[in-house]
Amino acid sequence: MQRIIITYLIGLIFGLGIMISGMANPAKVLNFFDVAGTWDPSLIFVMGGALVVTFIGYRLIFGKGPEKPMLDDTFHVPQNRVIDTRLLGGSAIFGVGWGIAGFCPGAALPAVGALKPEVLIFTVALIAGIFIAKALQARTARHAPS
Amino acid sequence: MITEFTPIQSLIGGSLIGLASVLLMLTLGRVMGATGILAGFMQPASPRDWSWRAALLAGMVTAPGLILLTTGQMPAIDVPVSTPMLILGGILVGIGVTYGSGCTSGHGVCGNARLSPRSIAATLTFMLFTGITVYILRHVIGG
Repeated sequence: MQRIIITYLIGLIFGLGIMISGMANPAKVLNFFDVAGTWDPSLIFVMGGALVVTFIGYRLIFGKGPEKPMLDDTFHVPQNRVIDTRLLGGSAIFGVGWGIAGFCPGAALPAVGALKPEVLIFTVALIAGIFIAKALQARTARHAPS
Repeated sequence: MITEFTPIQSLIGGSLIGLASVLLMLTLGRVMGATGILAGFMQPASPRDWSWRAALLAGMVTAPGLILLTTGQMPAIDVPVSTPMLILGGILVGIGVTYGSGCTSGHGVCGNARLSPRSIAATLTFMLFTGITVYILRHVIGG
């Protein structure tokens, strides 16, 4: 139960950060990328603040920190270091979608709580996209020569 | 649509995003990546793996309500995008983050903070393509 409550509070902190930062406001996000038009540089401060805090915190955890996390047996950190077409192609498609809609997944999820129709529509489409990609990946895996 | 430059609020918000990412690593040893958390929530590996994802998502969606309760107003969510484009964008984001194994939180914050070469490459790629897309939609097609 302790694990659930702590995780809930971490989700709440993340959600507050997203909502306060302006990251869940597509008008602001799209303006950040519109350097040639109505530019709003606020997002630099969102990413900057998040990166500096995470960089320092991770250093403390992985440097002289504990052998294992407080509520789990191991750290689940991705070990893959290969930069391939799947990573870059996927990221490019994500970029196009973000530029069209103005929401990224981490911003849309807390914003769901505001119960705005636009956020709910985007989130349903996002989930549909994840399932489409998973189905395509399963299909590719089946047809791949073993 | 012009939006107000909010460096202080954005810096505070960004720092909270960072704090949550550090706390999730410290307690559960997990990367705060929205894509992975959502995907694992919908297709859980085990009940124990599902429960923390559900709790985290529940915490996230509580945030707008808590802000409404404490400040008396909902944070601005202005969507200058038509419904068909929201749906198209959402589907593309879903496909892209699944193939790309992450998004702004997983790669952009947590991965870059670990100096992961994959995350740095992914972040540069999606930022570039988001910029190109906004430019085309606003100044080539819309201009």
